[in-house]
Amino acid sequence: MHEMSLAESVREIIEEAARKQGFKQVRTVWLEIGQLSCVEMDAMRFCFDTVVRDSIADGARLEIVETAGQGRCNACGHETQIATLYEACPQCGNYGMQVIAGDAMRVKELEVE
Amino acid sequence: MCTTCGCGMGATLIGGRALQRQHKPDGPMRFRSHDAAHVEEATPSRIIKLEQDLLAKNNSYADANRCYLLAHGIFALNLVSSPGSGKTTLLVKTITALNGTQPLAVIEGDQQTDNDAARIRAAGAPAIQINTGKGCHLDAQMVGQAMQQLGLQDDSLLLIENVGNLVCPASFDLGEAHKVVILSVTEGEDKPLKYPDMFRAADLMLLNKCDLLPHLDFDADLAIEYAHRINPKLQVIRISATGGTGMAEWLEWIKDGCRNAVAAKPEASFG
Repeated sequence: MHEMSLAESVREIIEEAARKQGFKQVRTVWLEIGQLSCVEMDAMRFCFDTVVRDSIADGARLEIVETAGQGRCNACGHETQIATLYEACPQCGNYGMQVIAGDAMRVKELEVE
Repeated sequence: MCTTCGCGMGATLIGGRALQRQHKPDGPMRFRSHDAAHVEEATPSRIIKLEQDLLAKNNSYADANRCYLLAHGIFALNLVSSPGSGKTTLLVKTITALNGTQPLAVIEGDQQTDNDAARIRAAGAPAIQINTGKGCHLDAQMVGQAMQQLGLQDDSLLLIENVGNLVCPASFDLGEAHKVVILSVTEGEDKPLKYPDMFRAADLMLLNKCDLLPHLDFDADLAIEYAHRINPKLQVIRISATGGTGMAEWLEWIKDGCRNAVAAKPEASFG
């Protein structure tokens, strides 16, 4: 359940931003979670609600922006969308696609007041 | 107990001492001006762009650990696997084999008990136990504090046995030179496909308990092929920690790493 640690990181990032930018309440949090990152979206929602309780983001809406996985074939250089880490290249059949997008986990934006 | 998040409630223990999570103190209190306090209207909202990585904090601790290890010529390995793959037995055999020729220390991660650290100490190596409590993985901050408590020797080997879990430890860099994933032949061949993140993050796979292969249906070639689908560069050693097969190759791999770490050490160390 590493989503709990990740949700704690979200809260710390929000609290750090609040100190620097002087906002008092968070209405919405946009998280970018890649489909190839090892995050279970439902677990993340559950952990987020628990972790932000009694913080500046208590009751904030969580919007998760899922980004699709992108891979590049090491053999032929073909770039394509991938849903798992063990897919073969549709062009040449080689395994071991290099992930070029879709494994990020970041706090994108906040709506604050 | 930390009043920010409640950590330190006996949850994570390093060598029996509570993990010190540092939280920066809150900034100065801000009061609204008198005029502003009397304006009654809905507070307008604004959008703040952050684009901050959730692992950034862990990664900064990992970078600090890595700098220290590099500066002191220490070769660090992060050993990861499912529970019951034979990690601790492998460590005990490795320590016994290296005894006297290679200075080393061990960081043991488990949710509870210091049984594993006791087994390592009995084998003759200094060891510290991290109990993660409810946590499912070691993070770089825990390992940094454990390194300080251990007092590592220059030009030594550091073996970090992560919590038995093929999911969570994949994401958390500890500052190690390599992740070593241990898969035992009593598990399924398709474990690399089921837990691809870990096999992608690792540089070496030890296929353990190979002495049991004659008694099992496990297809070792297929397991290795699956692992290579995810990570074509993954090195593989077939090993039996109890039987001794493959141990020489594994020990040579470690010694190579140690030699390289010492050779890469900057001449004047300020770490």
